[in-house]
Amino acid sequence: MKTSRRDFIQKTALFTGVFTLGFDWFSAEAAAETSTMEVVTGAGRFNAFLSIDNLGKITLFSPNPEIGQGIKTAFPVVVAEELDVDWAQVQVEQANLDTKLFERQLTGGSGALKHSWERLRKAGATVRKMMMQAAADQWKVDIGQCKTSKGFVLGPAGQKASYGSLAEAASKLPVPTELTYKDRKDYKIIGTRVKGVDNKNVVTGKPLFGIDIRKPGMVFAQIVRPPFGATLKSFSAEDVKKMPGILEVVSFKNKVAIVGENTYAILQARASLTCDYSSDAPLESNETHQNWFDEGMKSEKAQVMRKDGDFAAAIASAAKVIEATYECPFISHSPMEPMNFFADVKADSVLLAGPTQVPQPAQKAVSDLLKIPVDKIQVELSKMGGGFGRRLSNDFVLEAAELSSIIKKPVLVMWTREDDMTGGTYRPAARYRFKAGLDKNGEIIAFALRGVGLNAGNSTRQDNFPVGAIENVLIESVDQKSAVTTGPWRAPITNFLGFAEQAFLDEVAEVAGKDPIQMRLALLEKVKTKPVGKITYEPARFEEVIKQVAEKAQWKKKPGVHQGFSVYYSHLSYVAQIAEVKVEKGKPKVTKVTAVTDCGEVVNLSGAENQVKGAIIDGMGHAMFAKLNFQKGVASPSNFNAYRMIRGNEIPVIDAHFVNNGIAPTGLGEPALPPTGGSIANAIYAATKKRHYKQPFN
Amino acid sequence: MAINCTVNKKKVSLDIDPNTPLLWALRDHLSLLGTKYGCGIAQCGACTVWVNGEPTRSCVLPISAVSNAQITTIEGLDSAGKHPVQVAWDELDVPQCGYCQAGQIMTAAGLLKKNPHPTDQEIVDGMSGNICRCGTYHRIQEAVKLASKKTKK
Repeated sequence: MKTSRRDFIQKTALFTGVFTLGFDWFSAEAAAETSTMEVVTGAGRFNAFLSIDNLGKITLFSPNPEIGQGIKTAFPVVVAEELDVDWAQVQVEQANLDTKLFERQLTGGSGALKHSWERLRKAGATVRKMMMQAAADQWKVDIGQCKTSKGFVLGPAGQKASYGSLAEAASKLPVPTELTYKDRKDYKIIGTRVKGVDNKNVVTGKPLFGIDIRKPGMVFAQIVRPPFGATLKSFSAEDVKKMPGILEVVSFKNKVAIVGENTYAILQARASLTCDYSSDAPLESNETHQNWFDEGMKSEKAQVMRKDGDFAAAIASAAKVIEATYECPFISHSPMEPMNFFADVKADSVLLAGPTQVPQPAQKAVSDLLKIPVDKIQVELSKMGGGFGRRLSNDFVLEAAELSSIIKKPVLVMWTREDDMTGGTYRPAARYRFKAGLDKNGEIIAFALRGVGLNAGNSTRQDNFPVGAIENVLIESVDQKSAVTTGPWRAPITNFLGFAEQAFLDEVAEVAGKDPIQMRLALLEKVKTKPVGKITYEPARFEEVIKQVAEKAQWKKKPGVHQGFSVYYSHLSYVAQIAEVKVEKGKPKVTKVTAVTDCGEVVNLSGAENQVKGAIIDGMGHAMFAKLNFQKGVASPSNFNAYRMIRGNEIPVIDAHFVNNGIAPTGLGEPALPPTGGSIANAIYAATKKRHYKQPFN
Repeated sequence: MAINCTVNKKKVSLDIDPNTPLLWALRDHLSLLGTKYGCGIAQCGACTVWVNGEPTRSCVLPISAVSNAQITTIEGLDSAGKHPVQVAWDELDVPQCGYCQAGQIMTAAGLLKKNPHPTDQEIVDGMSGNICRCGTYHRIQEAVKLASKKTKK
């Protein structure tokens, strides 16, 4: 039957909405009992992951903020797989913040896939079954006789109906409660290489990012922030206000905001602004931080995070004691897109737009600040030019909102690179002291760690391997308060603790006269046969990545190549690494890193490789180069000329493998980073006999 | 006095402070938002555009220096994304966050224009001025190589 344009319009008019999947996002166990025909924005208690219109257009909504981790691609891959459609048929859209439709609409902790795997599968499988039921009803056959393929239902007598043609009928059916998921051997999309859904827009330079937001009547602003711990006493704004393109200079919360018509006008005005600061206590410097580390190491008020057996007695009886201290500085997140945010605060409503990893807390914080109810605060999500944890803090959102409420204009607040690098919420600085006691056979009988962090909270991860394999353990944490602001930095705490643990175990193995890999395997065997206390990791999964990496990198079988080993469990994933170092002109050069990752099911192989390689490069670059210094509360350096970022001519070959065992997927944005500093430092030691105890190495 | 130049084959006249860096003229005055701000001191390459065909850091180049020049931004490379470098970038799934990629692509396309079939080392050297915080360097280098293969000998 031919459809005339007139028919088409009439049909479309009848089919007023799109088929919105109805299932209860808040409880993956209980599917909603009814489906609904609603436009996506008005879906009420239903969640809109998936819409199919009667022309067969399939739209998948990705709720979580995209920061470069590939979630906007990976989520829809899972839905499309279970829906059984061609990836090419699908359109993906970023959903804005909607607390009624979505739960955990955030980016952080490598937790998105882990949290949503079942929900996403259910989202696809439910609709697939409804399509089959609609077709079965139409053809008067049993649903068991129907199959699906590439967005079509296929009947027993060769019938074929597209999802689009079935959408309206399917939408009127009850939502099935019993579902069967695809067998993973039948996966057509999951586990393949799926290209990023934003690639085309990225390579053609479309305005996707927060910094690209433009709204009617919008003005620009930059904010001058005080040194850490200082109070703004006065500022001279009279000359600045007269400068061309400058609209206003206002002050709030120790900050001075310059509002202007364009970025360059504001940049010039900043150069003319002088601010006077005062402070009650002395402002912090590197020396202050060193003193606080020393005090923390001596402190008798350390918080005991874990205690197994009797460490003091065991270490006193040890045949050999190994002790080592590791230290890392504050570092900046330095995403390529500096912090920025748009806010338009009106008397009774707010529009927020921009790059945040946590839109819901941002909305709540602005609500608390401005005393405007959350349901009057709309949050539009932009793509994020990286974040690495920085956009988990909402300081920059609050600033934009407060400034807009003062100047009563829509405003885009942009941080310069210097603002971004000196403006805080850093990876906390920390010092770690490890002690291990060996018996006469070289077995570890005692293990202790004290972490002293500066605004780090608990700077240890007290249940980390090899804890669980050792009889006598003492893990303590001291948190020293600093005026320097800190926040999560990709793989919080473990981004450095991972290096310290893995470098220390390497040293222990050497003193014990054991191969570092064999020593770990023996410890894991103990965890399996004689576990001590609470065990938070699965020893068998640990063993698998270790064995695979040893085989793939030919551990100790490559003459002239110096290798270093590490293995780490974080964010529910396991990563083992072997780094290789060659000495060129007397200097060690990291030439290769082999990594084996167990993150369960690999959803998108291309994205997974990107995350592993990116995290290793990130871990290596920051281990080698990154450091902020403090003088009178001011951080330096303030830009990439002196704060060195790893570049394309400094990267090793990276060989990334996945166990891909079909277990429900776990995190991948972070887990490959923590083992990196350790594998590299251990390889450098193998090549040079010089151990690194501090980051940066250079 | 207004500065006249050509941006993506269109004649434009900029009647603004002649010291304005080209980057901000493009973004704030011409609404060409594809070119990105990364550092403002010519260290990261996110702002790379072509000035008379030559890859240039637009964040430190005042518009007074581009009078009568031909400027090409990412939007003007090929708006349909069919330039071999753009095609290769998509094919090898280079972008993670994507923010630095306009600068990477303009640098890569500039490199291939001068040297259509660079050696591996020439690719590494030619691309090392651009920072990618996500660490997409391997794929950047592979994509330049792929684009080179797509460029007719």
